[in-house]
Amino acid sequence: MPQHTFRLNGEEVTVDIEDDVRLLWVLRDVLGVTGPKYGCGIGVCQACTSHINGKAFNPCSVRVADLGPDDEVTTIEGLPATVGRELHPMQEAWLEHDVAQCGYCQPGQIMAAVAKVRQARAAGHEIGDADLDEIRNICRCGTYFRIREAIRAAATRF
Amino acid sequence: MGAQGHAHDMDRRRFLGYVLAAPVLTAAARLGADLAAPEQAAAAVPSLPGPAEILNLNDMLTVAALPTAGLIGVQLHPDGTASFALPRAEVGQGITTSSAMLIAEELDLPLDRIRVTLADARPELLFNQLTGGSNTTISTYLPIRVAAATARGRLLAAAAAAFGEPVTALTTRLGVVTSAAGRTATYAELAVAAASRTTLQVAVELKPARDFAVIGTPRNRIDARAAVTGRKQYAMDLQVPGALPAMICRPPTINGTVRSVANLAAVRAMPGITDVAVVSTGVAVRGRTFGQCIDAVRALQVAWGPGTAEGASDATVREELRRAELPLVVPPLPILTKAVDVRFTFPFAGNSALETNCAIADVRADRAEVWGSLKSPIVAQEQIALRLGLPVSAVQVHVVDGGGSFGRKLFSDAALEAAEVSKAMGKPVKLMWHRADDVRQGRTHPMSTSRVRATHSLGQVLSYEQRHTSVATDFGHGLGEVITATAAQLPVGGLAFSETIFVLTQETPYNFGVVTQLLSEVDKGFNTGSMRNIYSPNVRCAQELVVDRIAADMGKDPYRFRRDFLKDARARAVLDKAAELGQWGRAMPAGTAQGIALHPEYHSVAAVLVEIDCRPQTTGRTIPNAVTGPRVTKAVCAVDVGLAVNPRGLEAQMMGGIMDGIALALTSSLHLKDGAFLEASWDNYFYTRQWNTPAELEVFVMPPTTGEPGGAGELAVASAMAAVACAYRRATGTMPTTFPINHDAPLAFEPKPTVPPVPASPTDGLDRAY
Repeated sequence: MPQHTFRLNGEEVTVDIEDDVRLLWVLRDVLGVTGPKYGCGIGVCQACTSHINGKAFNPCSVRVADLGPDDEVTTIEGLPATVGRELHPMQEAWLEHDVAQCGYCQPGQIMAAVAKVRQARAAGHEIGDADLDEIRNICRCGTYFRIREAIRAAATRF
Repeated sequence: MGAQGHAHDMDRRRFLGYVLAAPVLTAAARLGADLAAPEQAAAAVPSLPGPAEILNLNDMLTVAALPTAGLIGVQLHPDGTASFALPRAEVGQGITTSSAMLIAEELDLPLDRIRVTLADARPELLFNQLTGGSNTTISTYLPIRVAAATARGRLLAAAAAAFGEPVTALTTRLGVVTSAAGRTATYAELAVAAASRTTLQVAVELKPARDFAVIGTPRNRIDARAAVTGRKQYAMDLQVPGALPAMICRPPTINGTVRSVANLAAVRAMPGITDVAVVSTGVAVRGRTFGQCIDAVRALQVAWGPGTAEGASDATVREELRRAELPLVVPPLPILTKAVDVRFTFPFAGNSALETNCAIADVRADRAEVWGSLKSPIVAQEQIALRLGLPVSAVQVHVVDGGGSFGRKLFSDAALEAAEVSKAMGKPVKLMWHRADDVRQGRTHPMSTSRVRATHSLGQVLSYEQRHTSVATDFGHGLGEVITATAAQLPVGGLAFSETIFVLTQETPYNFGVVTQLLSEVDKGFNTGSMRNIYSPNVRCAQELVVDRIAADMGKDPYRFRRDFLKDARARAVLDKAAELGQWGRAMPAGTAQGIALHPEYHSVAAVLVEIDCRPQTTGRTIPNAVTGPRVTKAVCAVDVGLAVNPRGLEAQMMGGIMDGIALALTSSLHLKDGAFLEASWDNYFYTRQWNTPAELEVFVMPPTTGEPGGAGELAVASAMAAVACAYRRATGTMPTTFPINHDAPLAFEPKPTVPPVPASPTDGLDRAY
């Protein structure tokens, strides 16, 4: 069985699995990393949103064979370590605004939010309504408004 | 009922608590609560109180609970924490937090030292372990407090004995007992001494409302940190030994059946796949990863038999509903009477949660163990036992935190299936529905129509008749049994099962003269259930639109008109508050407008004011794989639940209800064609997204009124949906009669194939990274 090596939350991991298994299942079913959630399996709901080399992506839509040994995958479990803290400022803002309801989409929402703030910053502007409108992550509990508040609050803190 | 007087009486009442025989202090109370008295209505043209006003669904749930209630217990641990196994399902509504608050209040223990878990199925609780009808806080408010107060009483007694001082000389604060002489003992130190070797009954008094320090204060969710760190565990996150991923290849039409499978052996030999078995709902596969299960499902070559809705489409169901509509009975009317007569259509809608149907099952020859988010775990336990041929006592059902429900998890479809698959394969399985399964074969909110005829003359509404006609709603989860078990005592004799539920839940909050609201049902070929309310969002949306229309006919302002015709002072107060905060009547540009509506239910009432933008530059926004259309730009909600245990959690429930109302009014529905739903995922079932979300949103929680908590989980949906519809009508000058408003427009998506039943997993994730 093919072996695949990549970096996950700061550590190198190697898994024995067929090339075309999507990364979401490698994370969840093989490695037991369950922060990224399944909501559609086709890159639509964004519940599995994690980071690859600092950019937001959907592990449900990436073959494990398409990762290389230098690719750094960060899931919600590894987010705080990227800023050397117990919680990332985005997670803190999430707590302050009591955003989560059922919580199922929230790891993906937070990972998307961090990337969205970085994207706005790279484009040279502060995050605004137009950026927030672009976030595609579904929250079936409808926490959208608190998500917007939390992102605005956290945007200046990292 | 004098609200404050009633609350005062309750404060002085003594309740029966239990100290259970246990090595550490375990205090308990029996589940059950008192009935609230009916509220009186004054009227311009008085309407007789409807059955829903006398005794609504929540009263039914509470009444049914009384004779059969078991005990629920709070346990004090030697580490100074308390724990409580809540016999309800947490699916996002915040009941573990509000339950912990009730314990914190009566026990004088900090909130962060209270752990609330979800109880396994407890058959002896009968009707008392069902999460539905926004009833959790109503039915557990007193029992949880009594259990906690009983525990505090025992701690005081234990401290008094240890100190040699009378209990009256002791106080409790933050988990510490302090005596007048200055001695202290922590709850941790007293947990064993306060335990009892025998079970005792004790009388306790509850903390009076004026002393509340926790109840009524805004608190954050106790599970928030677990949620934002990814540590909160849902069913599919649990590691049960041997439970490998499993999925089911499902039929192309609703409830189709397997005739034969051409390539069982070949699929069994696919990478990672361990088992393939034909089961009652399709062909089950089990493998190392869900990804490999998806591939196996797609590879299966199945000959399918017909389902239960073959050939049915939106148009055929609509025609069936039209034929089944009960006649209107127009009363004798004076001359100069004007009439409004409209028929509204509400297509099928999806109650899918973001967590799809899923469950883990480990079925052995003589026993079974099941894990899932289950709102009717006792019914699940009984059905699984029946299906497996095991005694109920041999089936253990664990209730796991759920990733949303919205009505879906009242049913145990995935748990039953998981048990069947585990038995068929002789191995534990972690069964999950693909999103496409969840949308196409999962339960839906049934299509319905509402015909409304109202008459008015000289500024008074003389009659209001509503004939709601719906595809049958499945009540097979136990909620129905709760209602029918007691319905014989109510003034609804002669009505069928679902008609009883309808009259118990639907009320007209206005003085509209002769009011009749009736339900008839057709066609049981669909998988249905409630959806964050059973009938209210549709019934009340229709009613509130007609209210706006009558107001316009009379030349009256929609807000003023409602104010004048409302029966109830609490309803008028929330309406006034929403109008005030939302600046009702402010000047708005052409193509934009405000809408206002309210909805009473569950001894609560919410009013919602929205502003909508229907101008071309807004409706014409293009976003890939999305529906834009009119945008609600602002929403204001005023809510009175009698007593908000956790105002911050209540705000969250109202916010979510508003998002649901926006979706139901503007964007989300299922299209039925040739016995199957065309939608298959979130890129074609258009629930509210960020681009549909109002940038301004405010929820105002009214100060306590009745002093007792009413329901909240579903409350805001009806008023929000109605307010959006009313705003749309005012902005466009057109009365919408089909919801969502875009349902009959050309499809906004290309339907995915039904064979194979699930779409291929994409490979372009890296290209779309941002």
